[in-house]
Amino acid sequence: MLRFLAHRLAQSVVLLLGVSIIGFGLMHLAPGGPLALYTINPTVTAQDIERVKAQFGLDQPVAIQYLKWAEGMFTGNWGYSFFGGQQVREIVLDRMPATLELMGTSLFLALMIGVTIGIVSAVRRNSVADYASAVAAMIALSLPTFWFGLLAIYLFAQTLEWLPAGGVASTSGGDLVDRLRHLVLPVAVLSFVLVAQWSRYTRSAMLDILNQDYIRTAEAKGLKRSRILLNHALRACLAPLITLAGLQLPLLVGGALVTETVFSWPGMGLLFVNALGMRDYPVLMAILMVSAFVVVLGNLLADIAVALVDPRVKLGYG
Amino acid sequence: MVDVPAAEIILPRPAQRFGALRRLLRHRLAALGLIVIGLLAIGSAGAPWLAPYQPDDIDIAQRYAPPLSEGHILGSDDLGRDVLTRLLYAGQVSLSVGLAAMLVTVLVGFAVGAFAAYHGGWVDIALMRLTDIMLCFPSVFLLLFVAAFVTPSLASIALMIGLTCWMEIARIVYAQILTLKSADFIAAARMVGAPSWRIIFRQILPNTLAPILVAATLNMANAILLESYISFLGYGIQPPAASWGNMLTNAQSDFQVDPWLAILPGLAITLAVASFNFIGDGLRDALDPRMRERSAGALR
Amino acid sequence: MTALLEVEKLAVSFGTMRAVDAISFTVESGEILGLVGESGCGKTTAALALMRLLRGATCTGAARLADVDLFSLDEPAMRARRGSDLAMIFQDPATALHPTIQVGDQLVETLRTHLNLSARQARSRALDLFRKVGIAAPEARLRAFPHELSGGMCQRVMIAMAIACSPLLLLADEPTTALDVTVQAQILDLLRQVTREAGMSVVLITHDLGVVAGMADRVAVMYAGAIVEMAGTDRLFAAPRHPYTRGLLASIPALDQGWDEPIPTLAGSVQSAFEVPGCRFSPRCPLASEICRSAPSLREVAPGHFVSCWNAA
Repeated sequence: MLRFLAHRLAQSVVLLLGVSIIGFGLMHLAPGGPLALYTINPTVTAQDIERVKAQFGLDQPVAIQYLKWAEGMFTGNWGYSFFGGQQVREIVLDRMPATLELMGTSLFLALMIGVTIGIVSAVRRNSVADYASAVAAMIALSLPTFWFGLLAIYLFAQTLEWLPAGGVASTSGGDLVDRLRHLVLPVAVLSFVLVAQWSRYTRSAMLDILNQDYIRTAEAKGLKRSRILLNHALRACLAPLITLAGLQLPLLVGGALVTETVFSWPGMGLLFVNALGMRDYPVLMAILMVSAFVVVLGNLLADIAVALVDPRVKLGYG
Repeated sequence: MVDVPAAEIILPRPAQRFGALRRLLRHRLAALGLIVIGLLAIGSAGAPWLAPYQPDDIDIAQRYAPPLSEGHILGSDDLGRDVLTRLLYAGQVSLSVGLAAMLVTVLVGFAVGAFAAYHGGWVDIALMRLTDIMLCFPSVFLLLFVAAFVTPSLASIALMIGLTCWMEIARIVYAQILTLKSADFIAAARMVGAPSWRIIFRQILPNTLAPILVAATLNMANAILLESYISFLGYGIQPPAASWGNMLTNAQSDFQVDPWLAILPGLAITLAVASFNFIGDGLRDALDPRMRERSAGALR
Repeated sequence: MTALLEVEKLAVSFGTMRAVDAISFTVESGEILGLVGESGCGKTTAALALMRLLRGATCTGAARLADVDLFSLDEPAMRARRGSDLAMIFQDPATALHPTIQVGDQLVETLRTHLNLSARQARSRALDLFRKVGIAAPEARLRAFPHELSGGMCQRVMIAMAIACSPLLLLADEPTTALDVTVQAQILDLLRQVTREAGMSVVLITHDLGVVAGMADRVAVMYAGAIVEMAGTDRLFAAPRHPYTRGLLASIPALDQGWDEPIPTLAGSVQSAFEVPGCRFSPRCPLASEICRSAPSLREVAPGHFVSCWNAA
């Protein structure tokens, strides 16, 4: 176990280094460089730009800049925003709760509903319900989320005026009910897509399991159908479900770019879109690294959890 | 033995009644998808002849005409431009970006996967680790990231989508070839002295074609969706040229005035993407017998 | 006195495909009936039909176990009999056991489903059963997962599970096919011993005539979904009447056979036989004649010896 962890940690460090080098390279090799936006502004003089460059250390070779930045990432000094000069770490951590709230709710709902639909579809395979859920899921996966979000806002916020159109809370209110009302539309839009993913995935995993010999053995033993489903089939289904959960863990932190933009939800996704618009590199790099870190973490956690529920899986190198 | 009248017993199991229906309908959906894509493609390609106006014909007198009004079957937008015309021309952009991006995806994916798997050794390690690293970038993040620094054009957008989406196909090809490499008929080909390029193209490519074709179709759907996302966020095809994605961006501010301006391009995207998804699903059923649902309790 | 199991005109079809064609047989109390045939001839399908574990199949006919018609029971009543009145052992023990549940728990689960036992009672009963099927260090083995056990050991666990509630009838579907040759004999011995002790009836399904010869009291030979010959084991091996049975017996290599003598084989395969009109064996039959265009039925040619062939003397 310890050797496995050490191996995986080393592997993760290599992955994150690769991500950071590619990300850093992309930003600094882009035409115009990090200060492209300043150079277009006519009120900013050449001297101003030189001064800013020196201030942010941008006059040094890229390799030196990278090393300084990487050292900062490790020691907790994530640099300062090009705009407003706030600490990047503060900016990013400020946005985390909103994203956690939105994505946590959506993922939890999607998992509950999606897994249930998936199991029912697998058990009642080829029934009308199975067929209908397949078509619905396919359409859900084909909808552009932002369009679906816009339609929802138009219908429920602007026309019917049942729910607020965006933000986490009203400026006046901010109590629990108000926050929940703000949560409804974005969560509904996000869950719609996530439920589709979870239900399709669960269905195919479940179908595979229901065709296994050991399910027939359980039936031959005279067990109740509910017990076969819950104790035998679902137990075997845990490993694939955990794997998908691990893959989706990054969403919790990375947020949903498009949904957050449409609903003006002040999370990581919106922060990324705004920072991108202003070419605020330190912020962009920080978001990139945090997201990549959670991707790696999600995979690792999923591997460990799968090994815990399936005694056949030995934590190996790979 | 006594002769008893045989009683008809249907065992209490989910009946297969809907099996045939489902297969039929599923393939019907794939067929429907093909028809829809065909119509969209013909409409877009034939836009110069089919469209009633030019895509940037401005008519201030006819702003925000609702659908089915005279002269504008699908209405007109904030500048009085004909929506049907713009949808058709936008289709050219969106569909060709999707197609080109898919081609890039498949080419890069196949090259990386095949090269890594066939070569083995350090090439394998380097290429597949690169694939892992690329997968660590949250997908849309990476795409937007690149998109923000590149002057958007049809080619650059297709290239960007292709270059950020090849990892999945690379993994499929890689896994497929690794399996095939140990297959007996490849060993046989190697034994009679066939050169490796010949083995790749004569033996391995045909055998990986089915999963690649399925993945390519689903990728096409994904590429169209991605194009609409980056256009929506402002890094895609720039106005006045129309793509389904940027038509939506425009319409966002006019939602109160004329919701149809947003509904129609969104429908076009959904139709195209869903069609490709249904085709991909049908292809998977048709091409890969192993993926087909085994009929439980088959003869033993 | 009526037999323990009476199967009458059992037919199974999947859609238009007929897998089992109106077979009838009986199994006496404490008797071992061998059900022999090539793979794909419908042996397993017939057994699963008796357990009512076939999906998407239409089953007709009747099967009475201890005078209860299994096919007319409702699902809960049938479920109560599965595992307690009739139990089944499957071909591949490695896949037939749940991979992530300890084998002891899988056994305890069977016990507690059918018998009114406390957890502790069930545990000690499981321990006894493990000892009975010859599992060494049973306490430790109860906590093992299937992948930690050998194939033979897994099959012993399956047998323990099958006999756990002392069923009247045991359906053993190729119980030794997936095992090493050296283990096969041990498992067969074990099966014979535990069923004899409990006076259990067994339907032993196999393609291996050698297994049948050593185990079964009577043998039914199946071909393409139908029983073509049925007789006491000794009689069947001594005086086979159906050309198919003769072919099967002739294809067993004898120890005194010369090394360069070819092993006789049956020409053709069973696969297409389901579409043949009349006698299904006729395309492969050396004795086939005009009369074989109509299907023969099972008739008694000697006391207890049934053959379905026009030309059987």
